[in-house]
Amino acid sequence: MVTSLQAFIGQLLPLYPELVIITIALTVLLLDFFVDRQNKAMLGWYSLIGIVIAASMTIKLSGLAGSFFGGTFLLDPFAAYFKLAFYTACGLGILISMKYLDIEDIHRGEYYALMLFATSGMMLMASAGDLISLYLGLELMALSIYVLAGFMRSDSRSNEAGIKYLLLGAFSSGIMLYGMSLLYGLSGTTNLNGILVFLRGADLANPVLFLSMVMLIVSFGFKVAAVPFHMWVPDVYEGAPTSVTAFMSAGPKVAGFAVLLRIFAHTLLPLQEHSTVILAGIAMITMAVGNIMAIAQTNIKRMLAYSSIAHAGYALVGLAAGGREGAASVMLYVLIYAVMNMGAFGVVIMLRNAGVRGEEITDFSGLGKTNKAAAFLMLIFLFSLTGIPPMAGFIGKFYIFKSAVQAGMVWLAVVGVLFSAISAYFYLRVIMVMYMHEPKEEFNLVQSPALALALAIAVTAVIVIGVYPSGVLEFARASIIGIL
Amino acid sequence: MINQLIFAYFAAVIVVSAVLVITRKNPVHSVMFMLLLFFHIAGVFVLLNAEFLAAVQLIVYAGAILILFLFVVILLSVERESQAARANRFWPWLAGFGLIIAGEIALLVLRGSFPGEGKMAVQVAGAGVRDLGVVLYSKFLVPFEISSVILLVGLIGAVMLAKKKTNE
Amino acid sequence: MTPGSYLPGHFLPVAIFLFVGIAVGVGMLVFSRLVSPRRPYREKLMTYESGITPFSDAHQKFSIRYYIIAMLFLIFDIEAVFLYPWAVAYDRIGLYGLVEMVIFIIILLVGYVYAWKKGALEWE
Repeated sequence: MVTSLQAFIGQLLPLYPELVIITIALTVLLLDFFVDRQNKAMLGWYSLIGIVIAASMTIKLSGLAGSFFGGTFLLDPFAAYFKLAFYTACGLGILISMKYLDIEDIHRGEYYALMLFATSGMMLMASAGDLISLYLGLELMALSIYVLAGFMRSDSRSNEAGIKYLLLGAFSSGIMLYGMSLLYGLSGTTNLNGILVFLRGADLANPVLFLSMVMLIVSFGFKVAAVPFHMWVPDVYEGAPTSVTAFMSAGPKVAGFAVLLRIFAHTLLPLQEHSTVILAGIAMITMAVGNIMAIAQTNIKRMLAYSSIAHAGYALVGLAAGGREGAASVMLYVLIYAVMNMGAFGVVIMLRNAGVRGEEITDFSGLGKTNKAAAFLMLIFLFSLTGIPPMAGFIGKFYIFKSAVQAGMVWLAVVGVLFSAISAYFYLRVIMVMYMHEPKEEFNLVQSPALALALAIAVTAVIVIGVYPSGVLEFARASIIGIL
Repeated sequence: MINQLIFAYFAAVIVVSAVLVITRKNPVHSVMFMLLLFFHIAGVFVLLNAEFLAAVQLIVYAGAILILFLFVVILLSVERESQAARANRFWPWLAGFGLIIAGEIALLVLRGSFPGEGKMAVQVAGAGVRDLGVVLYSKFLVPFEISSVILLVGLIGAVMLAKKKTNE
Repeated sequence: MTPGSYLPGHFLPVAIFLFVGIAVGVGMLVFSRLVSPRRPYREKLMTYESGITPFSDAHQKFSIRYYIIAMLFLIFDIEAVFLYPWAVAYDRIGLYGLVEMVIFIIILLVGYVYAWKKGALEWE
């Protein structure tokens, strides 16, 4: 028992980054009452300062690895890597939101608070050492994003997105809880390490074990939008405010993979024989459905929704491959995916101006003539999403497929490359529309320093990682040690 | 033996009232069957010696969440809802699919074994409220604090989405 | 003792209480149905509205305001539930528990202030 206040505060040290994010979110909520309508962007900048502070703390704490609070909270390089990815996603998300929220007339302080709450939930997921803290972190993230998806109250599509996401999210949480409680019933512990210890000495042919594993795969399949648990994605991505779509295509998906890695590359490692087969199957149909369905889309948000399904498929390939290389390739991939996808959404947001929705692919007609810079940025992000060197997307896919080949899953790598080639069709079609078609009508793109900053960061990251990948890759490899 | 009989009673009522909740035409009746369901779940908690959870089940679920359900039902028109179909024409297929899944789960659980049976996540002297409190406020400090943030987000969501636009 | 393996005997009075309670309630309904005379006619079955013939259905739609109130009640209800084991175990968790609970309450207090300032507690 701790008897002095100092000792208590000292004990909270591993939690400082989370505490900073939550404190900033709470103050945003209260400061909102004192900030005028025109100046709400100040709250965004304030939130960004919080993210920078939390990031510096996470880096500082990287020397302090271990398990805290009775094993419910882990601090390891793996968690730190993902936390930095979440800061990136949240920071970019806030930057691309500021102007957009003004245009949609939904600029309210709660937006930033909810973004930060969602981020803190993701951080807790990455750091969870216990099924209970894992689940609560996940619910914190999901609940914040349900509200964000329905943020445009007067827009029926946004309402529909919020409700659909809530219902399917609750359903998948139910399946997850069932799987977790079976796992608890088997092992008698909710601690992830404890479960691993139990599994090492357990009868792995026990059908209940298999059942709980399948349920965890299903529920996380919902969260990362893997086929056949992807049905909610297109509608939710289309209906939610574009800035929220950008954030939720990056943040929760990365967080979902953090947990998938933690569970399938660590806790359930003794079950790898079974999990690999299921994950490989899901990866294959996810790549197939995502890429094929994306071809038929005329709305850019829907197209990017299917593209995000396809990308979940690629990342699942790395997860199925397993091992150190597989895990490192997934970590590298989800970070690259988050940055390039948010960049692409950032350009889509530029098209949303008073009176223009900018969501149809035809709205991009002639962008190469009317706004060279925006078109060029979109070109880079789309090249990267396709996986064309020297963009980062190529590096990500390269290491994913390499790890699959190394794990003896050549067929899966071949399928992945094949569907990658198909994906070129719908990504390059947008580029074609931008450069080959004549401009439909004159309209001004949205310009804002924050958006420009976000796009600059994203495009720099995409090119730098693409040209010089070893830095991030080594970082990912070094971070995996903690869990394997 | 008597333990199992009591459990069988609770389980049977839970299943029957759960089916009634989704099949009644009048949504208010559905809510009432849900109340019955919650009471019997509390009974199962008592049987598992989780007395505090049984009380929470009654206070939170039967006391608060059910009221929320009832409000939502009354927000809509009960009469109109009573006339609307409770399921679309695919329901036999979907119910069949659900039954197959349920059967599979039951089969796997029956054939499997539970080596962790009787073990507790945290070894404590008993399962009383005091022990629960000690564990919750020492080992499970982080989940406890997260839950307050989750409640806060729920509150923000409710106020933001349901509140009429006024002084903004 | 392992939870779930023994019958919670001290709940027997509760079971008896529930049983008697239900028996009395149901018994009253059944008994009155058995012995009371029943001669219904239209006016008698009509909803009583101070002697005036009712002109609309009593099943009215409620305002969404009730929903917000119920939601707020639910959230603070759960908060109160957390206080109970905390109070019971307080002698064993001491200052540590106090600081934790203060953090918990502060977070929800922010929510309270938020709801208040947003006017969610007003009945306009």
